[in-house]
Amino acid sequence: MKYAFYPGCVARGGAPELYDSALAVMERLGIEHVELTKAACTGAGVLQEKNLKMGDILNVRTFAMAEQMGLPIMVLCSTCQGVMSQANHRVKRDPEYLAEINKHLAAEGLEYKGTTSIKHLLWALIEDIGLDKLKETFTRELTGMNMAPFYGCYMVRPTEALEFKANPTRETSIEDLIESVGGTVTDFAGKTACCGFPILFINQANSMKMVANHTGTAKDLGADAMVTPCPLCHLNLDGYQPKARKQVRGDKADLPVIHVPQLIGLAMGMSEKVLGLQKHIVSTKEIVRMAEAAPAKV
Amino acid sequence: MPETTPTTMHVKLKIKRFDPAEAGGKTWWQEYEVDVHPDSTVLDSLIEVREQNDGTLALRCACRASICGSCGMKVNGSAKLVCKTRVVDVAPNGEQLTIEPMGNQHVVKDLVISLDSFFSQINRVEPFLQPSFVPEQGEYTASNDSMENLLTSMNCIMCGCCVSDCTVLEVDANFIGPAALAKAWRFTEDPRDSKRDERLKNLNDEDGGMWDCTRCMKCVEVCPKGVAPMDRIMELREAAIEAGNTNTSGYRHTESFYNSVKKNGRLDETRLAIDSAGWTNIPRLLDLAPIGIAAMRKGKLPPLMPHKSEDHKKVKDLYKSVEDEA
Repeated sequence: MKYAFYPGCVARGGAPELYDSALAVMERLGIEHVELTKAACTGAGVLQEKNLKMGDILNVRTFAMAEQMGLPIMVLCSTCQGVMSQANHRVKRDPEYLAEINKHLAAEGLEYKGTTSIKHLLWALIEDIGLDKLKETFTRELTGMNMAPFYGCYMVRPTEALEFKANPTRETSIEDLIESVGGTVTDFAGKTACCGFPILFINQANSMKMVANHTGTAKDLGADAMVTPCPLCHLNLDGYQPKARKQVRGDKADLPVIHVPQLIGLAMGMSEKVLGLQKHIVSTKEIVRMAEAAPAKV
Repeated sequence: MPETTPTTMHVKLKIKRFDPAEAGGKTWWQEYEVDVHPDSTVLDSLIEVREQNDGTLALRCACRASICGSCGMKVNGSAKLVCKTRVVDVAPNGEQLTIEPMGNQHVVKDLVISLDSFFSQINRVEPFLQPSFVPEQGEYTASNDSMENLLTSMNCIMCGCCVSDCTVLEVDANFIGPAALAKAWRFTEDPRDSKRDERLKNLNDEDGGMWDCTRCMKCVEVCPKGVAPMDRIMELREAAIEAGNTNTSGYRHTESFYNSVKKNGRLDETRLAIDSAGWTNIPRLLDLAPIGIAAMRKGKLPPLMPHKSEDHKKVKDLYKSVEDEA
């Protein structure tokens, strides 16, 4: 498989370990990619608050670039996935609006016909590669590791734009991945809730309550780690966990929040360093130890 | 033997009960099984439980046709009008259904919640038309187009599903909530209303106002009438900015994001944090410092000078062509 690769701002900024671990895993799987270095930010739904059309134009520009290459887009971020899916959904059902947007893109010689699909690495692995094929690359069985899923809003809503009906596995994608590496799912109600990141700079008290509730609840239920396909959720749930847990629950940050490719990399036997696990704010030492002690896959 | 269509369907329910008459209120889970017609809704099944199995089960319903908004409840964790929810759609293989009262609202008994907090949120937005004059005779008319624009929000039946699943209300009871904000939008967009600017300013300035929404889209997903409250909240923000309300972190955050992409083609995370706090807001800026230091120590502080996307000048040209058009 080959993809037009759109890593997103955060994987190239505040969460570099996501970019590195994704590349390591993709290489091991033989997934080819061409990085869309000319593409702009999706707007993350924030730019859209000021100017929805501007956001749609930026995203359609990216879709047109991938379309020219004849490749589907692969993203690493729930928010990129959701914002792009919503923009694609809007223009594909409204040809007049798309024509209007294409007018703006003409100066760059771009025109979008509406054929690009957008897939998060997590979805691509399940839908295009298949979990059975993925499992063949694993060298460890991560039994005894309890992991709580945390999706990120944009990866689960709105279900129409995300095409959940046509792709029912998307609803349980993280759980299915956790089970495929041999881990146990720690299910909890907050897994599809907001992590608090979008209001971090607007209403920090509320944001901290969300971080403390989600990480604290998952820990109380026995989770050793939380797994997320969203680097924005990661920034908040990992980076602000010490402050949130102290402020809201009066306890300590004790739940590592790992990226999807880091979990896969651990099952593939990759080292802490290759996966950038030492770059987390909440210590990942214990889960690295658990992975290293895990039985070899037969 | 020709296949025959089954005449009944077996439904398994696990219901969260609450009895306020017990000291301090007693909460427990209770399981029921009933046989109903295969086309039944979740509400039909609950009524069957009440009429055949357990007359003490309290639930509220009226129209049974998703018009009155009385029967909002959580089905498998998400708020729904149970009269509009067919059992086969939520339990296609006869799975047990989990039924709870709606969230973020006071439970009176079992599946019945009090609407007091819902209506006090609605009342905060002065949910009535405030025209600048009264026509001397006849009706106060408005164009068809302007009214059609309001239909999304006017479809609201005040069932409370959006409030039930709002992730902000879960941590902050002071948030005005999705239903009230969608209602407020209905009046700011009504050409007959004379208080548009005041309404926008109040919702912009007040604690728990329009900027506290996290954009999680739960309200969009659970609304049974297509009101899409969050989309209305985004339109309120856009209108508030256009009307000159620039005194909030929310505004600075949006503006910084917009300009960062304009300048770099990408997001400048460090700048976004500082802009949102406000360059002169020393306590807020100091508050960011420890996080920055912790990130730096782990080798992951976002670059102080942002990477630019290749061709970022073309992004700037695009911004110009869109802004010129406006």
